[in-house]
Amino acid sequence: MNSHAVLVHTKDDPFVIKIREDPDVASAVAAIRSLLKFLKRDQSETILGLRENMTKAIHRLEETDSSVAVSSGGELFLRFISLTSLEHPDLSQCKNVMIERGELFLKKISLSRGKVGKLCHTFIKDGAKILTHSSSRVVLKVLENAAADNKRFTVYVTESQPDSAGKLMAQKLCNLNIPVTVVLDAAVGYIMEKVDLVIVGAEGVVESGGVINKIGTYQMAVCSKAHNKPFYVVAESFKFVRLYPLNQQDVPDRFKYKADILKTVKDLNQEHPMIDYTPPSLITLLFTDLGVLTPSAVSDELIKLYL
Amino acid sequence: MADSDGRQVVSINHSTEEDVKLQEVVQAKCEGKELTKEEKQRLRKEKKQHKKNKKDDRGPPEKEKEKEKASVLAPSKPATQSPAHKAAPVPVNASASESPVAAEKPAKSKAEQRAERRARQDTERASKQGKKEGGQQSASSKPKATPNELQPVKRLPEHIQVDDPAALKKLAKKLERQQVPLRSDYGYKVSLFSHLHQYSRKNPPTQQISIPATVIHPSIVRLGLQYSQGIIAGSNARSVALLHAFKQVIQDYSTPPNEELSRDLVNKLSPYISFLSQCRPLSASMGNAIKYIKKEISNIPSQCKEEEAKRRLQECIDSYINEKIILASEAISKYAIEKISDGDVILVYGCSSLVNHILCEAFEKQRKFRVIVVDSRPRLEGREALRRLVKKGIRCTYVLISALSYILPEVSKVFLGAHALLANGYVMSRVGTSQIALVAKAYNVPVLVCCETYKFCERVQTDSFESNELDDPDDLIVTRNGKTHLENWQTVKSLGLLNLVYDVTPPDFVDLVITDLGMIPCTSVPVVLRVKNVDQ
Repeated sequence: MNSHAVLVHTKDDPFVIKIREDPDVASAVAAIRSLLKFLKRDQSETILGLRENMTKAIHRLEETDSSVAVSSGGELFLRFISLTSLEHPDLSQCKNVMIERGELFLKKISLSRGKVGKLCHTFIKDGAKILTHSSSRVVLKVLENAAADNKRFTVYVTESQPDSAGKLMAQKLCNLNIPVTVVLDAAVGYIMEKVDLVIVGAEGVVESGGVINKIGTYQMAVCSKAHNKPFYVVAESFKFVRLYPLNQQDVPDRFKYKADILKTVKDLNQEHPMIDYTPPSLITLLFTDLGVLTPSAVSDELIKLYL
Repeated sequence: MADSDGRQVVSINHSTEEDVKLQEVVQAKCEGKELTKEEKQRLRKEKKQHKKNKKDDRGPPEKEKEKEKASVLAPSKPATQSPAHKAAPVPVNASASESPVAAEKPAKSKAEQRAERRARQDTERASKQGKKEGGQQSASSKPKATPNELQPVKRLPEHIQVDDPAALKKLAKKLERQQVPLRSDYGYKVSLFSHLHQYSRKNPPTQQISIPATVIHPSIVRLGLQYSQGIIAGSNARSVALLHAFKQVIQDYSTPPNEELSRDLVNKLSPYISFLSQCRPLSASMGNAIKYIKKEISNIPSQCKEEEAKRRLQECIDSYINEKIILASEAISKYAIEKISDGDVILVYGCSSLVNHILCEAFEKQRKFRVIVVDSRPRLEGREALRRLVKKGIRCTYVLISALSYILPEVSKVFLGAHALLANGYVMSRVGTSQIALVAKAYNVPVLVCCETYKFCERVQTDSFESNELDDPDDLIVTRNGKTHLENWQTVKSLGLLNLVYDVTPPDFVDLVITDLGMIPCTSVPVVLRVKNVDQ
């Protein structure tokens, strides 16, 4: 038991270090890499014990970074590796099978961002004006692909307070020589008539086909619906999560706030949530590594992934 | 008819043994005793002969039409039953020339008869090629014209073709063959719904059955009466009662000699099902339950002894009720309770056993919420739901559906039950449900539908007209202050009373469907159906 506790503790640090080392890596991917390492080092005697340790490890990871993607990625990882028939008499053989599948899973999801980028960039026409929200690595990849395809377009990015992530996104786009303008969060309604399409990333895609993303996404979706502009969401498939929020209130608290705030603050009513929920009726299409989906097809894919 | 009189004269002159036997058969039929197989076969053959004689007397065009109908009807029914459909019920007469022929007929095998008939049809079809088709061919018989060449076309169910005289005639023939009484419609029907049956509660179908009824099992008779009088109402209650009645039927069943249980029992159940659908049209859940039972019965291996087979079937039925209804409601409560938070104001409509169960469970799990029960005439089912919830100790408010937009601003969630979930995502439920979903959508209140998977059906429907149920119009008559205004509604020619039972809600108004498989959006119903079919 002691060795297990030590492992959990030390694993915590490699995860955080991984994120800081390579900010280009999605937090979920880094989490899964740490989980794989943990699996290799784990010394439990039974498969059930192994699975329990993994679940505990996922909880520890969620405590560090409470985003939806980490939780969904972790659960999908666990399901994927235990989905095979683990009927070998020898435990170490079983473990090897699980580790093999874990590597496969990791490889698949590392490639998923590239797949999404390839799918989506064809929807950006020459001379398009794109609006995006906050900083998303997947959207960056999509715009990168479109620029590499010699398409001319301009990008409007919202500032996205409270962490001003939009400014970071603008910087990255500048480095790619894409003309970019930073707008206030309050200016979304003003700018909507100028833009042709809206592309946002997602932290999680829920069962109804809606998305959970940085606060301000819902506003943008409502505005784009009012102006009849297409609202596209780009997300990798490991972000699909088994939640079904009915409205903003229904999203669990552990996703709304950052992990350290959840631990320290007593009255959450004083804190401002970091994410909001966009219902499927406002989304035109979702681009994932499983293909281009309508919001109602997400449930179909989820049933296939989880059942 | 002059013809029949003439033939009667002939038959009096030639009273043979066959005649006496036939008279006995007719007598037995009138008394409601179940005909033995031989008697049924003989009846059929006599009708066939009589029809042949009639054809000789009538002109050629009529003959062509009848033969065409006969040829058209024959290939789609099993060989032993088709002769019955060829003639309308006519007095059974026999002539001397035909009786020796009749005696010879049983000697011919069924296969030979079938081959004969098919040869006849081919020649008739060839001769008919140039002639103009009679406009009297009903839509239902047309697809049957080429069943051998094309794949089977889906026929419309009988209970939504009431304004089509050909379909009615077919139904009458079928019921007569199964010895099930035909229930007649009552009162003026609103023209939009004239394709549906409208029965009166004052004329139950059991009036025409003699006591004791030997054709239909008494527990089925009792069940039918309970359905038609509204004593058993509600989708789950009806299915469970049906399954229990079938358990009793299987218990009392004994395989006749030279018959196999797997085939004979299914045939025995068909008249019962016709009778029950005469009492009240079958619900989607009942349809699925019957399909399951028929499948289980036909899967019984032939070596299986009768006692063993019966025990197995009883077990199957018990496990179906347990899994699909009782355990499913436990699973649904588990998911639904996650969606109920403290301080919620929940709106429910009518009396759904599943929704009541969920609310009672949530209350036991110490969730703090209050309930608004919406009710509507003429059934006033909300009172039953109110009674159950108040008994548990839940704080309730009671309103009629006309006050819906007044109380909706207070509501945080709407929980609805369903009668069936259709394959295109539409929810079929008690009339008034779609109204509630529509107004809730306008107020941005989430609508949750709770439905077990055994109520999912493969039908597609986009409006509430195509397939519905008309209840007794006299239910709408109410006496207030000593005056009953609608008492003589039948005398007013331009007045029609409409008492609808179901309506369909489009999936845009429903936010979430909670099933025993989990929480799914309304558009994912075909996915569940596909997964279920793969499992089976």
